[in-house]
Amino acid sequence: MTVALALEQLLNGLQLGVMLFLMAAGLTLIFGVMGLINLAHGSLYMVGAFACATVAAATGSFWIGLVASLACAAAAGAIIELLVIRRLYDRDHLDQVLATFALILIFSEGTRWLFGSFPLYLDIPPLLQGAVALPGGAQYPVYRLAIIAAGALVAFGLYLLIGKTRLGMRIRAGESDREMIGALGVDIRTLYTVVFALGAALAGLAGAMVGALQSVQVGMGEPVLILAFVVIVIGGIGSIKGALLGALLVGVVDTMGRLLLPQLFGLFVPPSQAGMIGAAAASMLIYVMMALILAVKPRGLFPAAHM
Amino acid sequence: MKKLVSAATLALSMSVSGLAFAEPVKIGLITTLSGGGAGLGVDTRDGFMLAIKQAGNSEIEVVTEDDGQKPELAVQIADKMIQSDQVDILTGIVWSNLLMAVAPSAVAQGKLYVSTNAAPAALAGANCNPLYFNAAYQNDNLHEAMGEYANKDYKKVFIMAPNYPAGKDSLTGFKRYYKGELASEVYTQVGQTDYAAEIAQIRASGADGVFAFLPGGMGIAFLKQYAQSGVEIPVMGPGFSFSQDVLPAIGDAALGAKASGQWAPDFDTDVSKKFLADFQAEYGRLPSIYAVQAYDAAQLILSAAAKADVKDTEAFRAELLKADIKSPRGDFKFNTNQHPIQDIYLTEVVKQADGMLTNKTVEKIFDDHGDAYAKDCKM
Repeated sequence: MTVALALEQLLNGLQLGVMLFLMAAGLTLIFGVMGLINLAHGSLYMVGAFACATVAAATGSFWIGLVASLACAAAAGAIIELLVIRRLYDRDHLDQVLATFALILIFSEGTRWLFGSFPLYLDIPPLLQGAVALPGGAQYPVYRLAIIAAGALVAFGLYLLIGKTRLGMRIRAGESDREMIGALGVDIRTLYTVVFALGAALAGLAGAMVGALQSVQVGMGEPVLILAFVVIVIGGIGSIKGALLGALLVGVVDTMGRLLLPQLFGLFVPPSQAGMIGAAAASMLIYVMMALILAVKPRGLFPAAHM
Repeated sequence: MKKLVSAATLALSMSVSGLAFAEPVKIGLITTLSGGGAGLGVDTRDGFMLAIKQAGNSEIEVVTEDDGQKPELAVQIADKMIQSDQVDILTGIVWSNLLMAVAPSAVAQGKLYVSTNAAPAALAGANCNPLYFNAAYQNDNLHEAMGEYANKDYKKVFIMAPNYPAGKDSLTGFKRYYKGELASEVYTQVGQTDYAAEIAQIRASGADGVFAFLPGGMGIAFLKQYAQSGVEIPVMGPGFSFSQDVLPAIGDAALGAKASGQWAPDFDTDVSKKFLADFQAEYGRLPSIYAVQAYDAAQLILSAAAKADVKDTEAFRAELLKADIKSPRGDFKFNTNQHPIQDIYLTEVVKQADGMLTNKTVEKIFDDHGDAYAKDCKM
């Protein structure tokens, strides 16, 4: 394995991690502040991708599509919070899982009804087309670097928002004592809607950015949702810092595992079998890692204080 | 009065039976209509129903259900169709892992299965079954054709497929005909959406060609990412990787890609042109290869139903085996293992005058091609 390949894979792992962070941040915020398990988070990711693809096709501009994806996902998030989620806060997690699972089905079939079963076309904006040279001779797609940069910006923005603003103060207060912040006169209902819409917008942004790299189709959110849950469990449920580190860890381990494990098995068995066994082992790797981390730290790497 | 009624009934039934099949036929169509693979299933359903509609026969009934690309769901639906809907024939499954869950048990219960796509090696050789027909191909076929083609232009090929039965059949088929060196052999996850790790390996492998079997959304994701990666090694694949259901979503990244197929929209025969026109008139889009295969499966069933009673399984399958149809693909007949013998072509992705991407035929790779497993099939 060359240095160039290792560097390229490291960047790939970072990019996957950043994308997972955008999903996991919303998920963990919503869980931390409202105690709600939202399985429909993957649907908001899909909404973002479809909004971006549709608006980009209509206007010819990816950037307007990106703005539309943020707006649509946030709006969809706010609407389902007002109509459905709001009734679930006082119920146990099983009811929440059931109701938000129903939302997945409704979003999926609704999207199919509106857009049909065939994948939509969404291309990378001309500004970010192509590849740049990396040290060591390899090339790397500009767009993936842009995703890493966007993710870093969002992480920094969230840090500022939660650490330095009044809204962030309320979110933190909501995390540590829900009843008390209500008693102090903060409009907790509006706060919940805002947090939910914020989480939804982040998922929509991830969907739109990734949509340009892969296919925009119904059901695209669910595989990412599973990984995002792994991330927040590893990172510590409710912790943004945990989500960031968990996401980067999962991204890098998953990418490196897919590269290295087949080569490792290749030392012992013929290449075609090594490919198969390696691929199977690589797909288990992050779950094995999750089990190991939970064995040592049952509440994740950075457990939120109140839990 | 009673006599009169019975006479009238008799007369009526005789007048109907003049147009009708020997016996009404009930078909269970199980295919993927939701989730990432839905495009393939929708084309399967639409191709199948086009032939049924053109036949215009009220004695044929099709029950359609969505398997969601989940084997356990497909098994439940098949059980329900066999037991409560009492269908005579099952068809429509796109994916080999689902077919393996459904077809062996369906034929064990005495039902016919006519596959519109999935064709795992496991059912083509020693475990072939008189009640199992495949109207599409054997899984290895299109990959074998690309292996044969790769001998001409490439010395060192990187090959890649998802880790499921058809993926393994794919790379086995490619290697059966390809004589050059392999740069690497990679299995990816089914439903994988990010191929950065594989693209990096392709770049580092020193290959002069890439063979990728990635149907549905997987191919869209791979080709878009590959086009952005700066890797210039040409990509080829079986027709599934560049079929009509995914081309619009891949966009220009697919231009110039070489693939193999039993049919392309530019086929210059009357049957093909008519099929193309009818499909476009009915559904307002270009058909993919899945639609053609399902169309032929329905034609096969209709041709047999016109001559034999579906309840008389022996007679019905003897009629099916004659393959008395006009396929848009051209020559079509059944091999001894009830899989097709047909021509396979090299195609290239081009842009039509209206800006739509489609496949154009370049040359014939195989003439009257069967499969490698037929010799093991003892029926």
